[in-house]
This record gives sequence, structure tokens and C-alpha cells, in this order.
Amino acid sequence: MAELKILGIGVLSWMVFLPVLGMIIVLALPKSQTKAIKYIAAGFMVLLMFISVYMLANYDSSKAGVNSLEGLQFVEKVTWIDVDFPAAMIGKIHIEYFLGADGLSFPMVLLTALIGFVGAVASFSIKKNEKGYYAMYLFLITGMMGTFVALDFFLFFVFWEIMLFPMYFLIGIWGGERRLYAAIKFFLYTLFGSVFMLIVMIALFFSSKDPQTGLHTFNLITLMNPQTFPPESFFGVLGNTWRLLAFAGLFIGFAIKVPVFPFHTWLPDAHVEAPTAISVILAGVLLKLGTYGLIRISFPIFPDAARYFMYPMAILAAINIIYGALCAMAQKDFKKLIAYSSISHMGYVLLGMASLTTIGMNGAIFQMFNHGTITAVMFLMVGVIYDRAHTRGLYDFGGLANKMPKYFAVTMIAFFASIGLPGLSAFISESFIFLGGFNNEIIRIVTIVSATGIILNAAYILWTVQRVFLGELPTKWDGLNDISVRELISSVPLIVIIIALGIYPSLFINLMSNSVTQLISFIMK
Amino acid sequence: MNNFTEILKSINSFLPELSVITTLLLCLIADIIIRKKSPIVTIIAIAGLLVSAYFVYMQSAVQESLFSGMLVIDPFAVFFKYLFILSSIIILIFFEFSNEIKESTHKNEYSYLILSLVLGAFLMASSVNLLMMYLSLELASLTSYILAGYSKSEKKSSESSMKYLIYGAASSGIMLYGMSLLYGFTGSLDIYEISRYLATNPTPNAFIYLTMIMIAAGLGYKTSSVPFHFWTPDVYEGSPTPVTAFLAVTSSAAGFSLITRLFLTTFLGSTQIVDGAFSIIAGIHWQEIIIVISVASMIVGNFVAIWQKSLKRLLGYSSIAQGGYMLAGLVVADTIGLTAMLIYLSAYLFMNLGAFFVTILIVNKLGTDDIEQMKGLGYRLPFVGVAMAVFMLALSGIPATVGFIGKFYLVTALMKPGAGYLWFAIVLMLNSVVSLFFYLKVVKSMFLERADNTDELPGIKFSVQSYIILILLLIPTIFFGLYFGPIVKLAESSAVLFGIR
Repeated sequence: MAELKILGIGVLSWMVFLPVLGMIIVLALPKSQTKAIKYIAAGFMVLLMFISVYMLANYDSSKAGVNSLEGLQFVEKVTWIDVDFPAAMIGKIHIEYFLGADGLSFPMVLLTALIGFVGAVASFSIKKNEKGYYAMYLFLITGMMGTFVALDFFLFFVFWEIMLFPMYFLIGIWGGERRLYAAIKFFLYTLFGSVFMLIVMIALFFSSKDPQTGLHTFNLITLMNPQTFPPESFFGVLGNTWRLLAFAGLFIGFAIKVPVFPFHTWLPDAHVEAPTAISVILAGVLLKLGTYGLIRISFPIFPDAARYFMYPMAILAAINIIYGALCAMAQKDFKKLIAYSSISHMGYVLLGMASLTTIGMNGAIFQMFNHGTITAVMFLMVGVIYDRAHTRGLYDFGGLANKMPKYFAVTMIAFFASIGLPGLSAFISESFIFLGGFNNEIIRIVTIVSATGIILNAAYILWTVQRVFLGELPTKWDGLNDISVRELISSVPLIVIIIALGIYPSLFINLMSNSVTQLISFIMK
Repeated sequence: MNNFTEILKSINSFLPELSVITTLLLCLIADIIIRKKSPIVTIIAIAGLLVSAYFVYMQSAVQESLFSGMLVIDPFAVFFKYLFILSSIIILIFFEFSNEIKESTHKNEYSYLILSLVLGAFLMASSVNLLMMYLSLELASLTSYILAGYSKSEKKSSESSMKYLIYGAASSGIMLYGMSLLYGFTGSLDIYEISRYLATNPTPNAFIYLTMIMIAAGLGYKTSSVPFHFWTPDVYEGSPTPVTAFLAVTSSAAGFSLITRLFLTTFLGSTQIVDGAFSIIAGIHWQEIIIVISVASMIVGNFVAIWQKSLKRLLGYSSIAQGGYMLAGLVVADTIGLTAMLIYLSAYLFMNLGAFFVTILIVNKLGTDDIEQMKGLGYRLPFVGVAMAVFMLALSGIPATVGFIGKFYLVTALMKPGAGYLWFAIVLMLNSVVSLFFYLKVVKSMFLERADNTDELPGIKFSVQSYIILILLLIPTIFFGLYFGPIVKLAESSAVLFGIR
């Protein structure tokens, strides 16, 4: 249980609550000080990056974590709520402020800090009610960061829900034409999913009995221990119907966030209507919360059910991959195309997880990170062209390669990374995922089918390149300027990471491989 | 002689009610002397309620029976008395802010009508005799008819009062008939006697169901539960906003206190089989009736609210649905369910009064409660708008607000091992998803939409006092959402009914 503190406060608390501090400062500033507001918000995100680098320097990748308390790092554990529930038969409600990081969550913490910064810089183009925007933005970062590091189910749930309403406002106020519809759809879908999560959470609470204290618990680490469930409780017998149902309930909750077919319909709407920076956050971090929830909660608490549902999950992943790619191919709107490509790429993540192999799981987490960086760049690039041309129609463009060479270069790297070109980060993660899928005999056929997604992926990306960058430049775009410095500041760090991790992936994989090995050996036991 | 000493002894324990009565008379006299609008009457009323709160506090741990078994004092009644006092003090403060009330010629009279309803509510929370229950219910109801229709010049107000009166008379008549049937069958008005009789004598099922449904009609009317809710939206819309808030919180809480005591005492055995769980009288499945009422209230309340255009009507339907949630605590029929219900009631007090206070402020400025008219309003009154958003999210049960804690405990109670209400918990939570849709409608109108001239219209300022009140209501809404230990402890120690052990 390693701890790391800055000024006496745990480093993860800083990560989670610094944005709230930033929000308070932003709210205290007068509305007219838009410049100060922008730079303070971005400054807080830079601070977050610094802290995450500091954490990286102190991170011990030899520790596995997952279900062992000793292996967790930067742990903070304080009793938050401790009340007797009426009547002895229920006992205490004991909720902890329990934060910690391991190989599963730490990459996501880094990703959140990184994309949070990128999004803050990309937000500079927002020209309406900046004060409210940045307040909500910072609050959203708190919600996401908190979800990634919470190790108490109740705390996790609170953070999970808390990030809904800043997102609702960010899409609903600063979004495009159909923003009202997109915002409420996003909110209702996610809330619908969390109904089941709440039910499972309470069921877990009631059936658990901490082996040490004899109390019901929300502690995720304790819940991962099979001894926590006495045989007579709901979840006491491995593989019983209740466990399968609970897994399915949690899966719905997380799948809506991922999004997994058939719960995906909110995503294209939300993406198209959201402002660029919010699309970046949405694709870069928010979607990962769903898959993170699966490996943090569903898989280790219900390993039997994870094995049982391996095949259906792989099928859903395959549908996501192929259906997402086909939908992307049919789009006329640049942003919608990337939204559907996200669905397709999150399918890879789910496939890697469903393979329940070490290599597949490594690939899945790596893909979560890579998709975060690559899609962020792609959305930024869509934002660049939309800010200039005020249209995103794929057929409205052509020949931009000569007109905007720097823009073309950045976009092409992101595009090729998205296809999975060797030398770029997604190649490693996708090949790991497919390797994992092949190694698992049960889902081998599904993996082979899903692999055709790669061809479709290349098809829609290359076709997009052809439509937007090659060919004749329509005369109306003669006045387009190339990408600006600010836009480069937000995208180049991501490009560097994409290339660096493509050349030397061990940088990243070392962070998590021990945890993943532990997770898989625990699930397959 | 024996009776006389009993009464004398009881009077000592009747001080909270007596101080309310005294205050009421003082307010009347003060009104006659002053004869013009001034805050003095309100101040007297608040002071009297605080005195009463002190006497209630003195009864914290008491459990005794008063006036030859007419009333009881127990932690349950004490909890509700606190709730009534707190909510009516807040409402009395609202009076000073609401133009609707301030401009009325009867402003002072509102204050003592409130006290009169509080007296009725006090008695409702502690009566254990069918007759006493009926009388206290009528005292509260008659006062609320007057309150609802008191702005005589307003046509809508008179109409709603009339509706209220007719529905009220009919439903309390039905309830009285149910009670008389129960009396005729068991030969007693005392609910403990009735419970004992039902436990020892086989009772025809149809008969029990009939009486329970009839009684539920009268009480469901008070708690505005479906299908006895038809008055609610009209009365909520027609009454002055603070009065609406009063009916939504204090008056319906009184209804819940009565329905809870009546059903838990009468139709349950008076012993606990396990710690916290009561024995069920064989053959009497009263929970089924409550389940039907509860689920119907949630569904009707939430779905109909979606189509409302008036904020007050919307809050009316919302309170129908919220009442449905609270009845879920009664269905569980043990200490856990009761605790959950009390937690929800305390949560409901803060968030609903908060929402109504914002409504008062908006109605003051806009002169209407039409949600369409509030387009872009959030930009003109940012703080009030944000506060409204918080109250709306709290009412829909989003975490980090007290509303979530209420829902969390209700769902936990329903999912308690052996309770068998998992489906009910799911229905309740799905309903809260539906409710989010219309609660967000208000937020959407204030922030997400803009009127064509939003940017030109000047910002709206309110007095410092109104911001203070708003903050005082916001703090518990958020604080108890993040740190709910105190509220749970209070509810838990209050979930003790006299005579059940």
C-alpha cells in the first residue's frame, strides 16, 4: 500500500479535486475576464499533467494490484460514511473514500490528464459564455478522474453519475443544432444503464460479508475475494443464476457507455452535436469508462460469469467492429464518420477483453489508450476544418492536401494510426487483441470474422482521404488557412505519443502487464 | 377522578400542541391589534413554533400514551413534529418573499392558518384512535381548503379550492365508512385493540380488503397518491406558491405519518419476530394495496409530468410520484423500510422546498410559471438558475445530492434479503430515469434554450435575503448528499413506533 503525498494530501486526491478548485476559481472570476478564465483552466490541466508525470516517476510497475491491497499504489483510504443500518440483520453501512491506482487504472489516469489538457487547449475556440463552459469542463474532469481511481463501489457510482450533468450542459449549451436532443439522449441512456448498476451494487452489498470484519461492504478489493460471499447469499455459489444476472446487469450499465451495439445510438448524436473539445473528451476518455468498468468491476467480481459470457461478448464485439465500420463507410459527415469509427474501435477493445487472455487484455487496455489519443487527434482535425469551412460534409471538400499541407500531415498520421499501420501505436494493440482472440479457442471463429473489420476500416479511412484531401480543390475553399499554432499545440503531443508508442510500445505495456497477468490468472483460476 | 388526574398528567406531555394553539391565538390577537400587513404576525408564529420545537425536543426519548389512549408520544411522532415545524417555519419565511402573499389583503391570516394546519398535523402524527385520527385529519384538511382558496380575487384559486373541498369531503367520507366498518367488526376504535382482535380472530379477507381500501382512499387523498390524486395539479396550480409548497411538503408528510402508523400498527402483529421485522397477521396482505397505490403513483406522476407546461403543475405531478416512492418504504413493513421512508421525507423537505422557493422567486419576477416563458432565464439569474438545476437533479435522485441518498435507502430496503421486492426496486429506479426527463425540462428551458432577446434583457437581481434563504436550502441538499450519516442516524432512531416491540 504505497502512498504518495503532496503537501500532506494524497496525490490521487489532488488529481481528482484540483479541477474542482479550478472550477471554484473560474466561478469566482467576473464573466468578462474570458482570457484569464481560459488560461486558468488550461493551467490547472497542465498542473494535472505535472502531477501525473510525478506519479509516473514514482510508479512501481512491478506491483500488480487488481485484487491485492498490497499491490495498489498511491492508496488513500478514509472512512467516509459509517452508520448502523437499522436492525442487526443488516449491520453497518460502511463507505470508504478509497482511492488507488494499479496497472488497470493508472494508464487511464494518464490518458485523462493528457486528453484533459488537449481538450482545454482545443476549447479556446469556444466563444460563448466561457465561464460556464470551463466550470463545467473542469467538473467533468473531476468526475472522470474520480471514476478511474475509486476503489469503493459507492464512490465509483457517485463519480460515475456526477459526470453526467456537466456533460449534459456541455453538449446542451455549447453544442450544434440538435444539441437538446443529443444532450438528453446521452443523459437518459447512461442513467438507464446505471439503474442496473445501482441494483447490482446493492445486491453485492447485501450478499457480501467482509471475511475480516464480518460486515457488508462496498470495497471493490474485498468484493473480488470469493470468500466475501457466504454460500447462502445471492452470489454465494459460483456460476449461479444471480451471478450471471448481476454480470449482465453491470454489462448493460457499462456497455451503454462503451457503447456496445445495440446501446450505441446515443453516441453519433452526442458526437456530432458536441463542440470539438467535448467530442475529444467523449471519445478520448468517456468511452473508456465503460470498458474500464468491465475490467475493474465486472470481470474480477464475477469471473465465473465473465467466462460464461465470453462468447456473447465476443459476438457483440464483432458486431461493433463490423457494423461500426460499415456505418462509418456510409456517412457523409466527417464527424459522424469518426463517431462510428469509435464504435468500431471500441469493439476491438471489447474483443480483447472477451478473449480473457493476457495478451488480448494487454492489447485491449493499450487500445483504450491508443483509441483515446488517435480519435482525439481525428476529432481535433475535424474541428480544424469545421472552424474554417463551417461544414463537415465529406463531399464538400477535395484536394486539401496541397492547400493545407501541415493539416494533411497531422491528419494522415492519425488516419494511418487508426487503420493500424505498423510503426504507429494502434498496430501493436490491434495485433495483440487479435492474437489474444486467436489464442482463445472458443472465440477463434469470431475473431477471424472480426478481423475483416480491419479491411473495412482501411476502406472508409482511405476513401475519406480520397474525398477530402485528394482530387480537385473546389474554388470556394481557396481562402482556407493551414492549421494554426494553437491547434498544433493541442495535436502534436498526441501525435508524438502515437508514434513513440508505435516504435517502443513496452513503455506503456510495462505499466500494466503485471496487473493484467494478475487479473487474467485470477479470472481463469 | 382517575380520569381527571390522567388528563392533568397528559397535559404535561401535550405542551408542543398547546404552544401551537397559544401561538395561533396570539397571532389572531396581534392581527386584530395591528390590522395591517406587517411581518410581526409571522415573527410571532415562527417564535411560537420554535417554542413548540423546544417542547418536542423535551420528548425526544419519551414513549407514552396520552388522554386514555387517544394520542401517543414516540420517536416517530417526534420526528414528524420536527419535520412539520421546520417546514412550516421555512414556509412562513417564504411568505415574506412571495408577492402573491404580500399583495394579498389576508397576509396575516395565512400565518395562523398555517399554525392551524400544523396543529392538525401534530395530532395526525400521534393519534392512535380511529376517531382521533379522523378528527385530526379533518382539522388539517379544513385548514388546507381555506388556504388553497384564500386569494378570493383569483378565479383559479377558488376553483381549485372547490375541487379540493369536494374531493376531500368525498374521500374522507369513504374513509370514515371504512373506519366504521372496522369498528363494527372489531368493536374497538383503539388501533392496538383492533390489531389484537385481528390477530386472534379469523377475519373474512374480503372484509379486510374493503376496509383497507376505503381507509387508503382517505389517506391517499392526503398524500396525493394515485388514484386519489385528481385534485393535486389543479390545487397546486391555483394556490399561491408558498401554500402549494406547504401542501406538498407539510400536509402530505402528515398524511404519511398517519398512513404509516395506521397500517403498521393495525395490520401487523405487535411483536417483532426478528430485530426490526414485524410479525405479519396471517391472511392480511395489506402490502399489496400499498404496492398498487405506490406503483400507480410513480408511473402516473412521472409520465403525466412530462407533458406539463406549468412549473407548479409539474411539481404537483412530481410530488405525486415522490409520494409513490415514499410508500415503497411502507411496503417493506419493517424498521428498515420505515427508516428509508423517513430519510426520503427529510430529503424531500429540503429539495422540494428549494424548488418551490425558486418558483416563488421566478413567479415574482415573471408573473407566470409557464416553463416556456423561462427560456434563457438561467442567463439572467445565474445563481437562482443553478440552484434550480441542483434541486431538480436532487429530485430526480442524482448522486451527490440528498435525493440520491433517499432513493438509495429505499432501494436498499426493498432489496433487503428476504424482502422479495427486487422487481419493485427496479421499477422505482426506472421511474427515476423517466422523472429525470421532465425535471431536466425545467433546466433545459432555463439554460439550454434561449429566447430571441435573451442577450438584450437585463439580468434579474434578488434581495440578499432571498439568496441567503436559497443557500440555506442548498447546503443541506448537497451536504447531506455527500455526508449522510447524521440524517440516517436521526431517521433510524426515529423509526420507533409506540406499542410495537
